[in-house]
Amino acid sequence: MNINLTLIAQAISFALFILFTVKFIWPPLMKAMEERQKQIADGLAAGEEGKQQLQASGKLASEELVKARARAAEIIAHAEKRGLQMIEEAKNSAKAEGDRLIAGAKSEIQQEVSSAKEALREQVATLVVSGAEKILQREVNAQAHAELLNQLKREL
Amino acid sequence: MAAEQELTATSYIQHHLSFNAQSVGDHPFWTLNVDSLVIGAVLGIVATALMWWVVRGATSGVPNKRQAFVELLFGFVDDQVKGIFHGKRDFIAPTALTVFVWVLLMNAMDFLPADIMAWILTHVFHQHEFRIVPTADVNTTFALSLSVLLLMIYFSIAVKGLRGWIHELFCAPFGSHPLLWPFNFLFNLVEYVSKPLSHSLRLYGNMYAGEIIFLLLWLWAATSLSGAFFGVILGVGWSIFHILIVVLQAYIFMMLTIVYISMAHESH
Repeated sequence: MNINLTLIAQAISFALFILFTVKFIWPPLMKAMEERQKQIADGLAAGEEGKQQLQASGKLASEELVKARARAAEIIAHAEKRGLQMIEEAKNSAKAEGDRLIAGAKSEIQQEVSSAKEALREQVATLVVSGAEKILQREVNAQAHAELLNQLKREL
Repeated sequence: MAAEQELTATSYIQHHLSFNAQSVGDHPFWTLNVDSLVIGAVLGIVATALMWWVVRGATSGVPNKRQAFVELLFGFVDDQVKGIFHGKRDFIAPTALTVFVWVLLMNAMDFLPADIMAWILTHVFHQHEFRIVPTADVNTTFALSLSVLLLMIYFSIAVKGLRGWIHELFCAPFGSHPLLWPFNFLFNLVEYVSKPLSHSLRLYGNMYAGEIIFLLLWLWAATSLSGAFFGVILGVGWSIFHILIVVLQAYIFMMLTIVYISMAHESH
């Protein structure tokens, strides 16, 4: 255990190793490590942000969905209402048309009936007159009996 | 050479504990322990080169396993520094990393089986006296701790200014009364001496003791069959325990380096 020049020589190599490490070994790797740390931190932050965005958009989507559902229900209700209304309208118009047709037919029938009555009356009158003529077989003063005949016609 | 003539316990241990000392001057101080220097330099160069190689290809994207391992090491050291030192870590953290990696590797040389390494060194490299654990050389540990002491003084002056540092030497910790100046200075002196002393001797003592225990076990293993048997079992036990010591001492050395340098930043 004797101190000699080795001490100084070893101190010099120690100093050289330290200098080399300080200058060329430590800084690049530390830089790389810090850069990676930053990248990881950034990545985590971006992930967090993405998660939040996802949540927000999910919320938005469900809100939109609710709105769309309400709108759809509204549209369906409206359409149903409109359909009912249309059916009602169609019914009404059909009924009116039917009524109109019935009324037309009725009046036609009435007309037919009255014209038939008229014709019958005419024929009956003629028949009556001719019958009477035959029964009487005698001259008939048409003028004298016209009033009577007319009275008959009216009664028929 | 003596070991080849007659192998005694003393010569065996002495042989394993002598440095490859090359004299470069007249005084005993002018001697270089080539073994500590070469092994230390080789380990340091290998470690820094490996880290440099990985760092040069470093990406901030997905790291490969090599980079992940080095990042693990960096992160570990950086966390330790962060826990103790609050300030810019541009210098302290890489210094701590260098200390940790280099001391760990130098300590780990103790795992290599002493006699096999001695045989390789003798027959391949023709070195009879060569110690492969640089941290079991007090010169290496003192080189580290005195460098840390210089860094402490440098940072003390850089942070507080020369006046601030001298003021602190004389006025802390007891008070700034002129009568207390000598006591403060003495106290600080003791602190400045004891820090590097304990710092280096702790590491040196642990590694040296580990080496000696291995040598004693191998010595026992050479005596008889039962000695070999128990020597091997105890050797395995001590090796496993030594894994803990090697890492723990490297960790302690790094932590104390960080603590001392960060204490130098604090003003009283």
